[in-house]
Amino acid sequence: MGAATMERPTVQADYLLHLADNALVLGQRNAEWCGHGPILEEDIAMANVSLDLIGQARLLYQEAARRIGGDATEDTLAYFRDAPAFRNYTLLELPHRVGLVGYAQSDIDYSVTLVRNFLYGSLMVLVWDALQRSSDEALAAIAAKSLKEAKYHLRHASDWMVRLGDGSDESHARMQAALDHLMPYTQEFWTASDVESQAQASGAAVDVAALRAQWDALVDEVLADATLQRPALPKGYITEGKRGVHSEHLSYLLAEMQSLARAHPGATW
Amino acid sequence: MTTDTNKAPALKEWPLWEVFIRSKQGLEHKHCGSLHAADARQALQMARDVYTRRQEGVSIWVVPSAQITASEPDDKAEFFEPMGDKIYRHPTFYEIPDEVGHM
Repeated sequence: MGAATMERPTVQADYLLHLADNALVLGQRNAEWCGHGPILEEDIAMANVSLDLIGQARLLYQEAARRIGGDATEDTLAYFRDAPAFRNYTLLELPHRVGLVGYAQSDIDYSVTLVRNFLYGSLMVLVWDALQRSSDEALAAIAAKSLKEAKYHLRHASDWMVRLGDGSDESHARMQAALDHLMPYTQEFWTASDVESQAQASGAAVDVAALRAQWDALVDEVLADATLQRPALPKGYITEGKRGVHSEHLSYLLAEMQSLARAHPGATW
Repeated sequence: MTTDTNKAPALKEWPLWEVFIRSKQGLEHKHCGSLHAADARQALQMARDVYTRRQEGVSIWVVPSAQITASEPDDKAEFFEPMGDKIYRHPTFYEIPDEVGHM
């Protein structure tokens, strides 16, 4: 009997890239606060969150590169793919502001950062928890490590949801506006892409749509404590970042992140 | 001063907390710094983020800085200087038998 038939099911590299791109893009986005945080302690906390996410992305890219083979490395995957090749949720690439216009640094709003970390963190504690039981051993190991980090990220974000949601009139209004702005983008979680469907069919990945009721419960509990109203979801376009169809914001984020590596390929320091 | 907390004005600045970290089981908590936080829960979380990023700790205490009563620098002369010439308070005059080893 060949070894291949004995092997436990594993996921394709594309599925690892979806998870990796989520972590890298949000890590890079949140890192924009480094040195600009509302207070010193929170600046450090958010930088920690970013570093955790970038660390998760590295492990996933390294594993994806092994499966892709050839010249692929974590760096080629992070720095030498263009926006249409990225497989992250659109939610994670959006700027830290409620409006779709506005470019000044002063337009960015921490409420958007916190609400996004809360919505994504609520998903990832469920996803990593399920994936740590994956038949794909490398993925299961990454999930077990990432779960601890995701739990802290969710705790951090939930804490601020309640403090600011149930805070002053202004903080409440800003958190509600951020929630109204971001919630529609969470619909992308629940419709599987081809890559996700294939990975699920192999038995090595998680069916994210099946986590929806648990996600709803996690989110609703914190929103109630935060005195925030869950917005009704609009009927219409559901974003498709995980299929490579992105908002205009991702290319700017990638340009900032990738320009150095592209200007000096192979540079080390 | 009113005791009705609902009418207390919001603080512009968060209170200061002193942070104590125990680096491993069995050792004592040691003072490692201070930070600003709105309340105890947040102070613990921020202490985790600010002071244990490099695996410094297994346990954290936070104490409101206002709750610490400290000696005054101006009292240094009467508080501490009289001990300077009382070297007999150091147990350095005992001969320790070799069998005891390091004490």
